[in-house]
Amino acid sequence: MSEPISVPLSQRDAAPGPRGGEPERPGPPLWLLLELTYRCPLHCVFCYNPTDFTAVGRELETAEWLRVLEEARALGAVQLGLSGGEPLAREDLETIVAAAHRLGFYINLITSGVGLTEPRLQALKDAGLDHIQLSFQDSTRRMNDFLSSTRTFELKSRVAGLIKKYRYPMVLNVVLHRLNIDHVEEILGMAERMGAEYVELANTQYYGWAWRNREQLLPSRAQLRRAEEVTARFRERIGARMRVFFVVPDYFETRPKPCMNGLGRLFLGIAPDGVALPCQAARMLPGLTFPNVREASIGSIWYDSPAFNRYRGEAWMKEPCRSCPERGRDFGGCRCQAYLLTGDPDSADPVCALSPHHHLVTEAVERADRGGTEPPRTEALAFREYRAGPARE
Amino acid sequence: MESLDTAACPAIGAGFRLQWEPAQETHVLLYPEGMVKLNRSAAAILTRCDGRRTIADIVADLEQTYSAAGLTADVCAFIALAVERNWVELRA
Repeated sequence: MSEPISVPLSQRDAAPGPRGGEPERPGPPLWLLLELTYRCPLHCVFCYNPTDFTAVGRELETAEWLRVLEEARALGAVQLGLSGGEPLAREDLETIVAAAHRLGFYINLITSGVGLTEPRLQALKDAGLDHIQLSFQDSTRRMNDFLSSTRTFELKSRVAGLIKKYRYPMVLNVVLHRLNIDHVEEILGMAERMGAEYVELANTQYYGWAWRNREQLLPSRAQLRRAEEVTARFRERIGARMRVFFVVPDYFETRPKPCMNGLGRLFLGIAPDGVALPCQAARMLPGLTFPNVREASIGSIWYDSPAFNRYRGEAWMKEPCRSCPERGRDFGGCRCQAYLLTGDPDSADPVCALSPHHHLVTEAVERADRGGTEPPRTEALAFREYRAGPARE
Repeated sequence: MESLDTAACPAIGAGFRLQWEPAQETHVLLYPEGMVKLNRSAAAILTRCDGRRTIADIVADLEQTYSAAGLTADVCAFIALAVERNWVELRA
């Protein structure tokens, strides 16, 4: 019997994509992510939301989100992520979940847990929510509250209990960086005590607020190695009871990640104001006008808009990507990272050792290696907040 | 594989959902941030994993539906793989 085909939707199970020079008509946007709002009670230093998010236009109305769901589902979208900001800040979340469930989406709520009371969880369960991913900043209250600049640790622990009570798989996501990566053992211990079934230790990706804080957040190679060793030992002990994903920060790699499995191939993100994006961070890319669902149908956005066609196929590539035998696997890496590091969104992702800009990445890592493990320099960190600016007073 | 008890009742695993996708003209198994496209034989087995039927029942049903014989080994091999990936859980 032949193997069923696993379709990679996330970085964690990425697989080779098709090859070929010219953009072919893409498949449907199988994975739809709605960033329902940029509002969030937390102020995380590693948030990938745009740092000018307060300047983004008014949020879509309930009816507009429902139309997005209907049109995307008709095209074949099937995985739905509800994210933000904090999606629970939307009072119509239950309405959106119920509509998505009726349409046949598999619905994943990506939340900090702030606002997830028992009545709301009951209502979300009744509406057909399939899955919850709860983020934690760290295992200790002090660090959790410091990094999210709020007092939420106890609340999150309570929410974790509720998630179990309502018989959802307990999925914890912890964003790792220089300030908490040495706590991986405690983090995994906490996850075990909570009965987590899945833990994603996701190293920070440097976009948005995290990019602004990169020099404070990038771990050293020694820190990373220790964290990987601790994770390997833990996996051995815990066995099948818990699956632990460790996402290495790509700055430590020599080949780029197949970002979004290629822009415009599987993923469609809708920002709070209705702007359609081929990656949550793509809003920063220069020279592109991203269409808005208020003005265009999902079908025309996905198949026909210049912004979504811009990075399909290989015609946009420059050397060394253009002639690289790996271009069909990694798609030249991440366009946002290329732009942030080199100023040119069409250049090779500097994570790649073949990129003429690779030294920008290795130099950042070397600075992190020299940095030692002093306590966090709070005055140097910019906490995500509504008044965009440098470090809070 | 040989150790699978054909009296056990397979059910779709917690957190997974099996459904027909008209746009892809195929059955898929959905899980957080992922999807498995099922080929016809995998779909034929998984759609019968309802937690009530035993593996033996499923084999008998498939053999009758497809006028085939001797499917036990194939079905057990697939269910063992599905259990390993948490797609399916076995109930007593």
